[in-house]
Amino acid sequence: MRFDVRRAALTLAAPLLAIIFAVLVTSLVLAVAGDPVGEVWSTIFSKPKPRNIVNIINSGSVLYLSALAVAVGFRMNLFNIGVDGQYRLAAFVAAYVAGEAWLPGKLNVVFSIVVAIAVGAIWAGIAGLLRVTRGVSEVISTIMLNSIATYLVAYLLRQVSAKGTNNIHTNDIPVSSQLAGFKIVPDAPIAVYTLSLLAVVAAVFYWLLLNRTVFGFNLRATGQSESAAVASGVNVKKMIIVSMLISGGIAGLIGMPLLFGDSYNYGLTFQTGLGFAGIAVALLGRNNPIGIAFAALLFAFLNEQSNALQLTAGVSNDIVNIMQGVIVLSVVVAYEVVRRYNNAAEQRRVAAQLESTRQPEEVAA
Amino acid sequence: MRRSTKFAAVLTAGILSVALTACGGGSDNKNSANDTGSSGGKSDIKVGMAYDIGGRGDQSFNDMAAAGLDKAKSEFGIKTSESEATPDEAESAKEDRLIQLADAGYNPVIAVGFAYSEAVGKVAKQYPDVKFAIIDDTANTDKNVTNLVFAEEQGSFLVGAAAALKSKAGHIGFVGGVNTPLINKFEAGYDAGAKAVNPSIKIESAYLTQPPDFTGFNDPGKGKTAAEGQFDAGADVVYHAAGGSGLGVFQAAKAAKGLAIGVDSDQYLTASADLQPFILTSMIKHVDVAVYNFIKSVKDGDPLTGTVTFDLKAGGVDFSTSGGQVDDIKSKLDDFKKQIIDGTIKVPTTVK
Repeated sequence: MRFDVRRAALTLAAPLLAIIFAVLVTSLVLAVAGDPVGEVWSTIFSKPKPRNIVNIINSGSVLYLSALAVAVGFRMNLFNIGVDGQYRLAAFVAAYVAGEAWLPGKLNVVFSIVVAIAVGAIWAGIAGLLRVTRGVSEVISTIMLNSIATYLVAYLLRQVSAKGTNNIHTNDIPVSSQLAGFKIVPDAPIAVYTLSLLAVVAAVFYWLLLNRTVFGFNLRATGQSESAAVASGVNVKKMIIVSMLISGGIAGLIGMPLLFGDSYNYGLTFQTGLGFAGIAVALLGRNNPIGIAFAALLFAFLNEQSNALQLTAGVSNDIVNIMQGVIVLSVVVAYEVVRRYNNAAEQRRVAAQLESTRQPEEVAA
Repeated sequence: MRRSTKFAAVLTAGILSVALTACGGGSDNKNSANDTGSSGGKSDIKVGMAYDIGGRGDQSFNDMAAAGLDKAKSEFGIKTSESEATPDEAESAKEDRLIQLADAGYNPVIAVGFAYSEAVGKVAKQYPDVKFAIIDDTANTDKNVTNLVFAEEQGSFLVGAAAALKSKAGHIGFVGGVNTPLINKFEAGYDAGAKAVNPSIKIESAYLTQPPDFTGFNDPGKGKTAAEGQFDAGADVVYHAAGGSGLGVFQAAKAAKGLAIGVDSDQYLTASADLQPFILTSMIKHVDVAVYNFIKSVKDGDPLTGTVTFDLKAGGVDFSTSGGQVDDIKSKLDDFKKQIIDGTIKVPTTVK
């Protein structure tokens, strides 16, 4: 695929147009509901305070991990909808392990992260195993596993938590294993999670895996055409299992920045729904490690800036969900339009070339 | 990517439907945010309220808190500002909500629900001059945090006794919204009250969802299915501690010609006429009183501090008599009430 200026411009134009379109649709919704359109946008697009910037980076990195977990599946044409259950189960188990503090200080952190990766991978692996052995669609099985994870974590949480409080949680991680974070934003009273770095590590891993390994090549090949991959000797069953394990392993990381940088335990108020947000972010970012980074930051920005809406504009911050939904939908539609346009252009170009190579022969004849 | 195109459409439809329903519930904010009190006396106190998911209009817990705020507003002429939690939000969003209120000069700031437990703990330390109150949580011990909690088990004991006295089959049921320690308290008191009347009574128990899925507080369909199951199993009185899902329990009671017991507010008064005959009583949890009393104490310059428990003795929990269905057993219930207040009966807070 050679570099093509027009092609690159089209790729960038799609998300930009999608955002503009989403702003228009959202404005329409606000206007119909009789809400103050101007105040909503001036709140959302106001300059974030230092504290908000830190929050955007933090939740952006968490969303990034979630989207990456989803993207690994997408590239293989696998829909791991179970990222949500995988990260919650992994975060719970890791929080329990870290809270028990079997290892000292930073070793405890490393060990807990490894446990989280393993738990996420195993939970996703179940869906992979069901797919290759019994032909169960991973969409169905991962949704089911999400539900099972909810029950399992709720049950286990009740078993391990101290009684007598309404907000039950695992034991707090010992202070020596809590991570202070990076004070990289001046004047912000809070710090960027230390484990935001996991997002960077995962991004490099994802890029190397897909673009620089045989496995990555096979994964992309299988995703684009399973029959062609089989014909060229790819073991698709093995690919499915391994992809699900990797996807689940990355999913296991999602809760780690929150766990070691903010909550220090897993309780009833641990953030939920990140796995589903990751699906939208992965779609928006086109499964590209850089695209996902922009998408994650955009979603984090919108979430953070909408917090003040209820107080400044008297509008529920759920309005931002409409905007995010429209962005994802219109981006996907735009990409599809661009793809078809490019296909048609390619066909015309090839046809024209064939035409021009044939003509001299005809002339000669 | 083509499969993902279809998938994106489904996903977006889902997001939109969630967002639209949420907007429907949130539209009330517009009227209440940034309003200034017009009637009653004048006070320069500005009260910030941070609701849990559902906010105003949830026909339950949040609405009770809002009722207390409204009462204080009309009596004292205070300024108020309100904001509510959204599903799946980050912990930092809860902190932000409290910080925004504190930054805008709202003092006191009241957090509705134990979901704010950690957020209040963090923000209270950053704003030592702002008074915070949190409902249903005792985790924070900072000087500027007041914990407003209830003896739900005591009120539930009384409606449990009422259920046992009214049950012809000797078989009753309990429907909890979400399986959390808070709702377990309702069940524990209910069981104890029923067994105090009839030690051999059979009690069905169901929870609609498991945390962190808190939809069990706002899903009448689930409430109906669970209650139907209990009526089918032979129960004839069902108590719900399930917030907005309770409507389904009332509907199931009507269909089975059984009885249902409401929660939080006197639900006989808010139910439609066709459901009223099937509502035996309600376990009232006076979140409104707690909010009102707290604001009043701040206004009077002598704020409530530490952990304040609203129990039977303080009138924080009670059973309702609207509809007259418990008139014949009221003396027995009042007797239990007296024994709980004087300590003769100790009501458990956890289910065995």
